[in-house]
Amino acid sequence: MIIVCPFCGPRDLSEFAYCGDADNLAARPDPAATDPAAWNAYVYDRTNPAGEHAEIWQHAGGCRKFLRVVRNTVTHEISGVTMLEPKA
Amino acid sequence: MGVDAPDRPEVRVVTSHRRPEGGTAIDRDHTVGFTVDGRQCFGLAGDTLASALLAGGVRVMGRSFKYHRPRGVMAIGVDEPNALFTVTTDGVREPNVRATEIEVFDGLTVESQNRWPSLENDVMAVNQLGGKALAAGFYYKTFMGPVFGPLKGTRFWMMCEHAIRRAAGLGRPGTAPDESRYERINAFCDVLVVGGGLAGLHKAVEEAKAGKRVIVCELEPRWGAGADAKKDSEIRQIVESLDSNPDVTLLARTTVWGWYDGNMLAATERVADHLKTAPKGAPRQRHWVIRAGHVALAAGALERPIVFPGNDRPGVMLADAARRYAETFGVLPGQHLTILTNNDSAYAAAVTLRHAGANIRAIIDVRPEIGAAAQRLADRAGGALKLGHAVVGTSGAKGLKTISVARYNHETQSFAGGSEQIETDCLLVSGGWSPVVHLASQAGAQPVWDKTLQAFLPPDPDRRWSVHGAAAGNLDFGHDLSPAPAPVFEIRHPGKAFVDLQHDVTADDVRLAHREGFRSVEHLKRYTTLGMATDQGKTSNIAGLAIMADSLGKPIPDVGTTRFRPPYTAASLGAIAAERFGDLFPHRLTPMHDWHGDHGARMYAAGHWERPESYNRPGETVEQAYVREAKTVRSGVGLVDVSTLGKIDIAGPDAPEFLNRVYTNGFAKLPVGKARYGLMLREDGFAMDDGTTWRLSENRFLMTTTTANAGKVMSHLELCLDVHWPDLRVHVTSVTDQWAGAAIAGPKSRDVLASCVTGTAVDNDALPFMGIVHGAIAGVPVMICRLSFSGELAYEVYCGAHHGTHVWEALMAAGAPFAIAPYGLEALGTLRIEKGHVTAAEIDGRTTARDLHLDWMLSSKKPFVGSAMMDRDGLTDKSRWTLVGVVSRSGEKLHGGSHVVAGDRDAPGPGLGHLTAMAFSPEMNAYVGLALVEDGENRIGQHLYATDPVRSGTHIPVEIVSHHMVDPKGERMHG
Repeated sequence: MIIVCPFCGPRDLSEFAYCGDADNLAARPDPAATDPAAWNAYVYDRTNPAGEHAEIWQHAGGCRKFLRVVRNTVTHEISGVTMLEPKA
Repeated sequence: MGVDAPDRPEVRVVTSHRRPEGGTAIDRDHTVGFTVDGRQCFGLAGDTLASALLAGGVRVMGRSFKYHRPRGVMAIGVDEPNALFTVTTDGVREPNVRATEIEVFDGLTVESQNRWPSLENDVMAVNQLGGKALAAGFYYKTFMGPVFGPLKGTRFWMMCEHAIRRAAGLGRPGTAPDESRYERINAFCDVLVVGGGLAGLHKAVEEAKAGKRVIVCELEPRWGAGADAKKDSEIRQIVESLDSNPDVTLLARTTVWGWYDGNMLAATERVADHLKTAPKGAPRQRHWVIRAGHVALAAGALERPIVFPGNDRPGVMLADAARRYAETFGVLPGQHLTILTNNDSAYAAAVTLRHAGANIRAIIDVRPEIGAAAQRLADRAGGALKLGHAVVGTSGAKGLKTISVARYNHETQSFAGGSEQIETDCLLVSGGWSPVVHLASQAGAQPVWDKTLQAFLPPDPDRRWSVHGAAAGNLDFGHDLSPAPAPVFEIRHPGKAFVDLQHDVTADDVRLAHREGFRSVEHLKRYTTLGMATDQGKTSNIAGLAIMADSLGKPIPDVGTTRFRPPYTAASLGAIAAERFGDLFPHRLTPMHDWHGDHGARMYAAGHWERPESYNRPGETVEQAYVREAKTVRSGVGLVDVSTLGKIDIAGPDAPEFLNRVYTNGFAKLPVGKARYGLMLREDGFAMDDGTTWRLSENRFLMTTTTANAGKVMSHLELCLDVHWPDLRVHVTSVTDQWAGAAIAGPKSRDVLASCVTGTAVDNDALPFMGIVHGAIAGVPVMICRLSFSGELAYEVYCGAHHGTHVWEALMAAGAPFAIAPYGLEALGTLRIEKGHVTAAEIDGRTTARDLHLDWMLSSKKPFVGSAMMDRDGLTDKSRWTLVGVVSRSGEKLHGGSHVVAGDRDAPGPGLGHLTAMAFSPEMNAYVGLALVEDGENRIGQHLYATDPVRSGTHIPVEIVSHHMVDPKGERMHG
């Protein structure tokens, strides 16, 4: 598998480390708010789609940036790689 | 063989099958000597083992898997099921190599397989008299399930396994190490063309003209090997033009066998398997990892046999294989040929063989009528043309002598009249053609059934791949012949008719499986083992499927085909491993590594790090050594290498705020020149790591982490900065390898430092607990922080990694008057266990700050990572396992990982917790440990047991004590 890092170009899978669901992790609740349901969803709730799935991969053996990789869990095709940015 | 070599001894003089002319691959001026089962044989340069043996009149080239039936060569290439040999050249055994793919050379040495005592006289052939006893499911029925009587069930299998494994099977691998050299190469191209036949070569020319980088792989030694010999000059021209293009890589003898995600394909190039000695620097095989923009599949089509009684007799061969043996090697597999076909392609083969000098006795076609083109060729080939007939039996002890032919209606599968005997030494069979869909299937494409060709074709390609030539179903046999066969896969008549020749699966086995309820093709495959031998059913899958479909009364496409998985053909593990063998574990060494080795240290692998376990003096056990070292620290002074601690440089104006958010305790107000112990939680509220962080200047910190978690903490910090708080002006850099660290510990440690540190005072005022000073030791700048893991007065001394040994030696020299001793991990562990300090053994991902008595570090004045989740009910439950100390009451040695139970050995009761660490404590003169125990605080003083029933078998009475076993008030380290 090759991931096209926006900073380093196309690189082999072995340079990357998988870090979990992108959309969950990018939506960290306000730390001042301690709404248990929001934190529970952030820490534990994960979808398990058969199809397109947004994932976080760190380019651990390269620029060490965290990337949002949209990967099809059925075909393993990667349809997009962008920088991971916080969701409002 | 095939050529006189009068000056050599032991020549087997059989020459009749090599024609005086023809043979595009062979060099008639160059005789090659090789050895089969210890016998000297001869062939021509360019021969395969199969063509050389055929030329010498050898018909039996293997014994079958279960029944030990004699088998001859049936195909000419990668699909050969029978003629398997073990290559033993160079003393390394490579079993199950197809004779059709072994190129002969001077010195080639092979052994036949699955026969005892020899290929011609195989005592195991008695198996075939057993007949039904070895039918489908024999193993399951005989050896599995409950034991009824002495001769059934799993126990019986265990008794018989050894004998069966020897009786049934293929080649035997060697046990000697393979001394051959293998290579691995990464390649990139715009277009990978799989298959170097005409279709593939034309595609390569087209892509090369468009300026693409092209790689062409062909598994045979020759380009266009499957094509008509008349195309030879055209092929030569194309190959020459491609070869001169620097953007084109031509790889012959290279099998593309696997397709993986992202158009990554695996191929094996057999660089030197066909040579007596590999050219200097050349590997035996080269493993190619090819990343292709696009894959052009042009792997051709494989001819299928027809299943009929006696179809496995030596002398029964695929029609196109016989044509190619004549054209390529000048070898006729027989003199008096007969042909059994359901399609037109065999007629062209018959004409070629006739021209090569064979006598065509009869063409038996299951179809009642044939087209004009086929009729013309039949006239040219000569022999009786028997339309609407079929072969219903064969005879001949060690090879084909006669066939039985009967009138046959393929639509009703019925026979009429008696059978006629025809004498023949070679029956050529053609049952239609199957495009090679394997790689497309590996890429996830579901093959589709084509009714006209009676074959599975690749589906419409997606953008990753395209398909060309015969692989796409474009079958062109010339002469205006039709590519469409009659839908005949089996001629059903009494007698043993084999579907899978390599695994000895008969048509009746398939029907038996159906009667026993195996309806899915996947189940059929596993139950009968059809298609599961080394050839992966290349000649048998479609026939097996057709027989299954017939049994189910369903059309073939409704029964489905199994999905192909890598590898297409067997790939040697040596090539895949290539240079990567031996000790591949990464070893991280500290700057002082060599010093430790020179001073008697026993090294211990802690993750990737090699760390001194203990510095054993002559005659000392590990335990004696670490107890001595721990005593030295408590009473005098010791020195330990702590370079492995994770070290992260944290810089930027928002660094204090950043640390405040990732640590549970406050860091914003930490003064410059001071260090603080910090605890990190995960987002889910569990403890993640601990360590000290030093404020070196207003905006610069040095964070230390545990050795085990250095990478995880670094990644965590980067994620926080990158994703959660991109507004924070902070940069983090791993500096673990830039600093060498030594901890000097013990009541005399200050005296040692005072005698060797220059540029700064180290007394209690200048360097209080958790203070930091900058100075020099032996001319090298050092940073010293007064902190303690051992519980004694202690300091950590850091210097640039390259000066590590220099500073270490200076500290050892300065400590000599104080009897300083180096100490290792075991003593370090003993000291921290006595103090109840936690490590990764206790911060194991299941413990909270409260479980570890670190709740004093949880700030209530600020949010931090984990603060939102740490107060959940389950994490504040009073009955949680909490950290306690345990002391062995019997003097027995405790074992890490033992369970804590309340009852004695006979009635231990439920587990209440487990030991995370143990050591012999010189301070307490007892074996002690740390444990996580249910409701631990309320159990202090209780007498329980540490039980380790599976490993050491110990059940030791222990007392639960506070985890602060030595100096609970911390007076020593603050002194």
